[in-house]
Amino acid sequence: MTKAARQPRTLFDKVWDLHVVTEREDGAVLLYIDRHLVHEGSFHAFNKLKDRGARVSRPDLTIGVADHYVPTRTRALGEIAPDIAGMIRQLEDNCRANDIRLFGFDDPRQGIVHVVGPEQGLTLPGLTMVCGDSHTSTHGAFGALAFGIGASEVAHVLLTQCLWQKRPKRMRITVDGVTAPGITAKDIALSIIATIGADGAQGHAIEYAGSAIRALSMEGRLTLCNLAIESGARCGMIAPDETTFAYVKGRPFAPETDMLDRAIAAWRNLPTDEGATFDREIMLRGMDIAPTVTWGISPEDALPIGACVPDPADLEDPSRASHVQEALDYMGLTPGQALDTIRIDRVFIGSCTNSRIEDLRAAARVLASRTARVPGLVSPGSHLVKQQAEQEGLDRIFIAAGLDWVGSGCSMCVGMNGDLVPSGERCASTTNRNFKGRQGPGARTHLMSPAMVAAAAVTGHLTDVRVLMRSNA
Amino acid sequence: MKPFDILTTSACALPLASIDTDQLIPARFMKRSRADGYGQFLLYDMRYDESGKPRPDFPLHAMASQGAEVLVTRRNFGAGSSREAAVYALVDFGFRCVIAPSFGDIFASNAVNNGLLPAKVSEADAEEILAQLQTVSAAITVDLRESLIRLGNRNYSFTIDPIWQLKLLNGWDDLDLTLSLKGDIVGFEERDGGDRPWVRLADRPA
Ligand code: SF4
Repeated sequence: MTKAARQPRTLFDKVWDLHVVTEREDGAVLLYIDRHLVHEGSFHAFNKLKDRGARVSRPDLTIGVADHYVPTRTRALGEIAPDIAGMIRQLEDNCRANDIRLFGFDDPRQGIVHVVGPEQGLTLPGLTMVCGDSHTSTHGAFGALAFGIGASEVAHVLLTQCLWQKRPKRMRITVDGVTAPGITAKDIALSIIATIGADGAQGHAIEYAGSAIRALSMEGRLTLCNLAIESGARCGMIAPDETTFAYVKGRPFAPETDMLDRAIAAWRNLPTDEGATFDREIMLRGMDIAPTVTWGISPEDALPIGACVPDPADLEDPSRASHVQEALDYMGLTPGQALDTIRIDRVFIGSCTNSRIEDLRAAARVLASRTARVPGLVSPGSHLVKQQAEQEGLDRIFIAAGLDWVGSGCSMCVGMNGDLVPSGERCASTTNRNFKGRQGPGARTHLMSPAMVAAAAVTGHLTDVRVLMRSNA
Repeated sequence: MKPFDILTTSACALPLASIDTDQLIPARFMKRSRADGYGQFLLYDMRYDESGKPRPDFPLHAMASQGAEVLVTRRNFGAGSSREAAVYALVDFGFRCVIAPSFGDIFASNAVNNGLLPAKVSEADAEEILAQLQTVSAAITVDLRESLIRLGNRNYSFTIDPIWQLKLLNGWDDLDLTLSLKGDIVGFEERDGGDRPWVRLADRPA
């Protein structure tokens, strides 16, 4: 073992070092990729392969999932727009032609790629994982090094199972202490993004640490790492621990018996060593975090629900003032308006950020015996989540409240399948992006936790869910 | 890939922060093949109103006729989705360089893979360049070898990762290099298969 390898190392560096195939003179490193996830949008990369007359080099490590374009209101592809159905069939064709395992539209395990990976045990600690999708950072919740890539890189991985990368800087975000009741991983994540900015972690790999993070369930950790990309990070990671191992155990593609023991023994060495240094350290106190919502057009435009929309006239930085003005114009808000007076037109519960069973339970708890004042869509993250929710009776709570209970997919997070927020309408959403037009041209998005979306549905305006929780008790 | 060395052209100013990839290429246009071209959909919802009529005041319309190859904008350009189509839209429209104080990481990497230079300048310099473009109609020069931008009688330095600089200057594509390293990759797989056998999926259920 070299001297450098004995130095205290971070979780990120340990996983990185395990995957270095070779290093170039200019410092770029050829990293081996353990899991490559592809979806309908990966067709550009498959076309590049076809142009070269090549096939996928490691089909066994490549996994296809249909999610971005799948319809959520029918199980018959013949009933949907032919160009959308064509996207789903194109993925099937590409996977078949290359012997790639596919969780396709009609597979009982289908779902959003970042929900299916963990659920099936394809996501494991210490792996390198890539996908042509920026929210691949989600899988970092297991202590995997997981990041999104573009089509040229997808083609490169399909052909070589490797990727040239330069080692990013390391940032540790520590959240210590106990969070108040009703505070979720989504609130922690939005608070972090509001603190460091949507580009605050650019060029960095984030490690989330501290007692408030360790207290999170796997679902919560997945939400947090999902949103790492919204702070600009290359990836987000959390050290694997007993919570992680318990989640992995028994999953269809996870190692079993002796092999699992051997894997866990190795995974126990992954957490950051005492004394390892980070390029940047950020600290937050768990007790300072309140239910948080976005008011603008970037995830950094986030504030505690008790606050007011900013006034560009109060801002000294001209660039920030012009951004705030642009955001208020687009969102149709008045400077200084209290956040909890913002009326909404519909809600969406879903997406790779917040569509797991725990998310649905949290929303259902608020909606139980109540009615939604606005229409809305609830789309579970996978078929299996849907099944489980139905076994628990959550579907009946959503339907009784007046919301639509639909199939799993990316749905209204991105609107590629036609689930769109109409222009000018305001949607309280559990998703990850409030960009202009993200949920449809002219759509206005407010990001928040599932419980907060449920509270907004019940009252018709953005609301501190804790008020409803108190009247529950 | 076409090498990038020095470029003298006109520049288009877009003084907005956080122009994300969803805006650069709205999701509904992403089903088309690359061969059909993405340029006409660049920033579509900013360029056209709801009835599909061009918004007359949008800078891109005027600049298109002048053949601008440099776009100057504010911080956090290209944040968001990893869709390489955002770069296709810029490149197919005719841009070869974007100047901004910060870029989304995945966007920047996609840009370099398509010969588009993401030139990072300080926030103050970005503001000055944007202000200059309001009054000066002179050409802008982007010199990648020197990491320098010239506009009017001012010089601005920009930063770019040295690995990316080399790649752009030479018009390199990583793929051929990687394919030539097949032996190293197979060597890694053999070693790693013994060290971390649980990573394998070949023997798992369908
Ligand atoms: S749910 Fe939304 S963010 Fe997640 S993969 Fe799908 S489109 Fe992307």
